[in-house]
Amino acid sequence: MLPLSGERHDAKGIISEKTNSSDTLRGSSTLKRGFAHMLKNGVVMDVTTVEQAQIAEESGAVSVMVLDKLPSEVRKAGGVARTASIRIIEDIMDSVTIPVMAKCRIGHVHEALVLQETDVDMIDESEVLTPADDLHHIWKWDFTTPIVNGARSLAEALRRIEEGASMIRTKGEPGTGNVAEAVTHIKKLNDELRIIKGIYDSGDNQDLVRIAREFKVSYDIVEQTAKLGRLPVVNFAAGGIATPADAAYLMSLGCDGIFVGSGIFNADDAKQRAKAIVLATTFWNEPDKVKEAQKMIDERQSMLGLDVKTLALRMQDRGGSV
Amino acid sequence: MTLNVGILSIQGDVQENLISTKIAIDELGLDVKVSEVKTPDAISRLDGLIIPGGESTTIGQLSLVNGSLKILKEKIQSGMPVLGICAGMIMLSKTADDRVVGKTDQPLLDILDIKLERNSFGRQKESFEADVSMTSIGIPKFNGVFIRAPSVSDVGLGVEIISKFNDRVIAVKQGNVIATAFHPELTEDTSLHKYFVNLVKISKN
Repeated sequence: MLPLSGERHDAKGIISEKTNSSDTLRGSSTLKRGFAHMLKNGVVMDVTTVEQAQIAEESGAVSVMVLDKLPSEVRKAGGVARTASIRIIEDIMDSVTIPVMAKCRIGHVHEALVLQETDVDMIDESEVLTPADDLHHIWKWDFTTPIVNGARSLAEALRRIEEGASMIRTKGEPGTGNVAEAVTHIKKLNDELRIIKGIYDSGDNQDLVRIAREFKVSYDIVEQTAKLGRLPVVNFAAGGIATPADAAYLMSLGCDGIFVGSGIFNADDAKQRAKAIVLATTFWNEPDKVKEAQKMIDERQSMLGLDVKTLALRMQDRGGSV
Repeated sequence: MTLNVGILSIQGDVQENLISTKIAIDELGLDVKVSEVKTPDAISRLDGLIIPGGESTTIGQLSLVNGSLKILKEKIQSGMPVLGICAGMIMLSKTADDRVVGKTDQPLLDILDIKLERNSFGRQKESFEADVSMTSIGIPKFNGVFIRAPSVSDVGLGVEIISKFNDRVIAVKQGNVIATAFHPELTEDTSLHKYFVNLVKISKN
C-alpha cells in the first residue's frame, strides 16, 4: 500500500492507452512514487563515466545518477553547471542494469524534457546545477518520468510534492564531504513532522490552516501528511555523505536511503568505499557491521572536505521560495 | 501454534509488504505473525517468506554477504512457501538476462525453473498499470502495477503459468514458490497476500 496524498488524476504526465487486448496507464502517482519505493534502503551513487557506473552497480548501488562533473568539481570549476552529455547518459544506460537518473537545472523544463526523452528512469531537479529559474521549480505533474527534489524543511518538501515531486531528498550541502547540513535538514523535517502530527492528533484544524499558510501549501497536503506522520513520498538523505558511518547515521535519523555525490568517486579508495557505504546503509542498525564497513575505508583517502561556514557558494540556498 | 511469515528486509519496499500482509492476516483471522527478517538466524525460524520489490542486484549481493542466501535456498528447497515480487521473482529464478545489457553474473537463488528477461517492458517511463487475471489461484481480476518489470521468457516442466499479459508470462507457481512480475503490495487489494498466507497455513497442516 502506497500513500497517494496530493495525487492529481488530471496530470498531463499520465498516459492512458487502450488497445484491443488491454488498457494501460503510465505516469500515475502509483508508478512514479512506487519507483522510488523500490530504491528504499539503498544507495544512489553520483557517476560521471561508464566505468564509475559499473563500479557502482558491482558495489550494490540501487541506482546511479549521471553528472558531467561531481558536485565538488562543479564547486571548483565555477561557471554554469548544466545537465550531463546525453551520449554519456545513454552509454551508461546501455551498460548497467540498475536504474539511471540524471540531473536537470532547477526550473529548466526543457532540460527535464530532454532527459525524459532520453528515457532516464528518474530526473533530479537539482541545486547542484545552476538554477535556470530563480522563482519557480518545474511543474512535475506534466512529466511521465518521476522527478526527485531536494528540501531543507517540511515546507520545502511539501511545496515540491504539490508540484508533483515523486521523491524527496535532503539538500545538505553538496560537494563538501561534510554531513552536518544533511543532518540539520533531516532533523528539522522530523521535528516539523512531529509538530504537525501533534496538532492533527489534538484535533486543532485551525492550527493546521495556519501551518498551511505559513508553508505556502494547501491545507489538504498538510492534513494528510500530519495524519501519516511522515512525508507521503520516499525521503532520502543527500549532500555531504562521505563515509559508511555518515550513511548509517542518516539512516538512523529515519531516512529511507542515501544519495552519495562526491564522497565515493572523489576518494582515492572508490571501489572499497562504494561497497562499504552500501554495507553500512543496509545494516545501519547493526553496529558491528557498520564498524566492519568503516574499517574497509581509509580516512587518509577520504575527500578532504569543506567547512560549510566558510563556503562562497551555498548550493542549498538555490531555488525559488514559492 | 503461531506461524511466522517474514519479509526479507535487505533492500526494497519491505514496509509496504508488511502492511499488506498484516491486513491479509487480520482479514483471514489467522494466528500468524509477520516481521522483517534480515539475518540467517531469523530466516531459519520462518514458516513463509516474501522477497519484496527492489533492486535484485543489491538484494542478491547483500544477502550473499551476510550469509542469508544459503539459508534462504535451504529453507525454500525444504518446502517453505515463498512469494517473490519483481526483484524477488528475479532472485528466485535460474536465469535472468537483462533486455539491454544481456547476461550478468548477479547472485540468484536458482530455484524457480524459469528464464527471465529483466526490464522486459522497458525503462521507468514505460512502467504501467493494467488489469491482470490469476484465475487458477482464484483471483479473476487484479490491478497489476508493473515497475521496470521483468517477464518470463521460458518455463520449465513443473512450472504453472498463473498469469499472462499481452502473451507475456508475468506470474508463475512451482510447488511452494510463487512469483509475480508486478507489485501487489502497492495496491489496496490484499487478495494475493491472502492467498500466500493461506498457502503458508496449509503447508504447516
